[in-house]
Amino acid sequence: MAPGAATNGRPTAVRTSELVRFATAGSVDDGKSTLIGRLLFDTKSIFEDQLEHVEETSKRRGDGYVNLALLTDGLRAERERGITIDVAYRYFHTPRRKFIIADTPGHEQYTRNMVTGASTADLALILIDARKGVLEQSRRHAFIASLLRIPHLVVCVNKMDLVAWDQEVFDRICSEFTGWAAKLDVQDVTFIPISALHGDNVVERSANMTWYEGPSLLYHLEHVHVASDRNLQDARFPVQWVTRPMSDELHDYRGYAGEVASGVFRKGDEVVVLPSGRTSRIAGIDTYDSELDEAYPPLSVTIRLEDDIDVSRGDMICRPSNRPKEARDIDAMVCWMSARPLWSSGRYRIKHTSRTALAKVDELIYRIDVNSLHRNEDATGLELNEIGKLRLRLSAPLLVDEYRRNRATGSFILIDESTNDTVGAGMVL
Amino acid sequence: MIREVAAELERAVLLFSGGKDSAVLLHLARKAFHPGGLPFPVMHVDTGHNFPEVIEYRDRLVDEMGARLIVASVQDSIDNGRVIEETGPRASRNRLQSVTLLDAIEKHGFRAAFGGARRDEERARAKERILSFRDDFGQWDPKRQRPELWNIYNGFVKPGEHVRVFPLSNWTELDVWQYVAEEKLELPCIYFAHEREVFRRDGMLYAVSAHVELLPGEEPFTKWVRFRTVGDMSCTGAVASEAMSLEDVVAEIAATRITERGETRADDRISEAAMEDRKKEGYF
Repeated sequence: MAPGAATNGRPTAVRTSELVRFATAGSVDDGKSTLIGRLLFDTKSIFEDQLEHVEETSKRRGDGYVNLALLTDGLRAERERGITIDVAYRYFHTPRRKFIIADTPGHEQYTRNMVTGASTADLALILIDARKGVLEQSRRHAFIASLLRIPHLVVCVNKMDLVAWDQEVFDRICSEFTGWAAKLDVQDVTFIPISALHGDNVVERSANMTWYEGPSLLYHLEHVHVASDRNLQDARFPVQWVTRPMSDELHDYRGYAGEVASGVFRKGDEVVVLPSGRTSRIAGIDTYDSELDEAYPPLSVTIRLEDDIDVSRGDMICRPSNRPKEARDIDAMVCWMSARPLWSSGRYRIKHTSRTALAKVDELIYRIDVNSLHRNEDATGLELNEIGKLRLRLSAPLLVDEYRRNRATGSFILIDESTNDTVGAGMVL
Repeated sequence: MIREVAAELERAVLLFSGGKDSAVLLHLARKAFHPGGLPFPVMHVDTGHNFPEVIEYRDRLVDEMGARLIVASVQDSIDNGRVIEETGPRASRNRLQSVTLLDAIEKHGFRAAFGGARRDEERARAKERILSFRDDFGQWDPKRQRPELWNIYNGFVKPGEHVRVFPLSNWTELDVWQYVAEEKLELPCIYFAHEREVFRRDGMLYAVSAHVELLPGEEPFTKWVRFRTVGDMSCTGAVASEAMSLEDVVAEIAATRITERGETRADDRISEAAMEDRKKEGYF
């Protein structure tokens, strides 16, 4: 087979390297599962046995059509109740790119699930029912996408077939949404009118909406520029593991293994190890296959230093002229993920990069209403799915950056000491 | 993520079946600690009904790496009365593995078990976390999963509990094969086309072996086949194939229209939620 030749629309052995992760959000009936089913179906990412299965189940349920939504509902309770309970991950690829979809349900524990899906996403896909317009839920989706700093937003106005493919409906929804997005910190928004059920503007441009001149959804997903979203300015390397083989041939080998969080590290660079503040130079950057001259995110490498200084797991290697903040008190936006509410003056474990400490809630500065963006400064706690600004006091300093500048070193989780559950998702301000 | 778990959880183990996914997982683990050795042992849950080629491959690979191998045997669980073996021509030891696995995890006090499962394999797996919490009965509760944010993993467990860790969660079957081809990994020879005595059952081809009883009307015949998944001989089907090299296999996978578990795994055909039920019991 010739390289690059497509087989059934699926890629060949040639590796498509660029990976795009996107999170989808929508309410119960806006056709999100149908849209995902459509994307998978039209890119031929659904296998025959899966399709047969969906056809059989649709027939048994009396759906009257092949219900592509059934493709994404994995658990028995979901199929029985026709809902999605948990974040589901789906995969598809085109000859250009590989995609991971984090599909988040629109009802129960909505915020918690969307924050989870959004935390690793390059792009958020928000669905709006053309008949209903911008609902409270759509506004909430946009707010969470902006809070989690998802670089790209795509608003699909779905069910255009049910509004007679009317451009005015589409334009009205676009301007209403844009008005809301202006209050948020959103950089890049694209609007696409679609019909997930009929496939219009999903993979192919629609013949029913000739007034729309933009790309189809898939074309947009394949071409949106994600490479430049990475932070390549601030060199940060959290040490995960100290490698000391102590074998005969590598008797004196001492390397620091981890994943480059941001920035670029080069052989010969002057570096500082935090929190000790000792400086040295990079003697070498090793991988299993070979030595590298430079390392950038998200590569996993082992860094060797010229000087024999004390470095342990949880330390961070960076450049002397560009350091993270060494903080014992941090202000952060926190989304509460647990049915046990946050109590002011509560104590939690905090995990940040490869470091764990204890955090005490000093103050709940305000709770934010995700629908109106109103800040309630009299709030005394955070319930499940609520978001607020906290001041935390830490048992040991953490090496943090602002989340808006650096997702990897600006994010943390809070863990309940008694249940070990992950209860909070935090973003350093 | 392999390093994070190894650093934070005291006793970890890597579950190795001899299949392609666990071969990739083992390779990634070697890379993560290179040039140091693996800081944890490798464990195989041996049903006693494995393909002999796979056992031979397992022993050779582990020996080459100098890793420590633990074999947890389903036969032992049967012999000491922990489980009762299914009988009849459709009997399989597949489900019994869960008990043997959980017993071994408890016996060795493992707090983390790495596995090669992928979310694209099966619908219930698509809902599982990369770092998946198991209670002290080894059970998976899909409704009580810890949220997984960014790439910060919460591996805190209490005594008796453990986590299953699936670093290949976001890989697809094609990703695995492309990785095998790129890294030139060795795999058991049954992944490549060979002539074998097989019989047809429920539309699938099975290897003729001492572990499977033929039903009336099932006639063995010889055919060029390869295996897409590697499991128990009693429930793993072969596909007709002439793909003898890695490149041939990758091309075949890229062009296939049927999922690997749908094509070759009888254990998932039992019911719509077969995997979900087994997972709740502690399966891989």
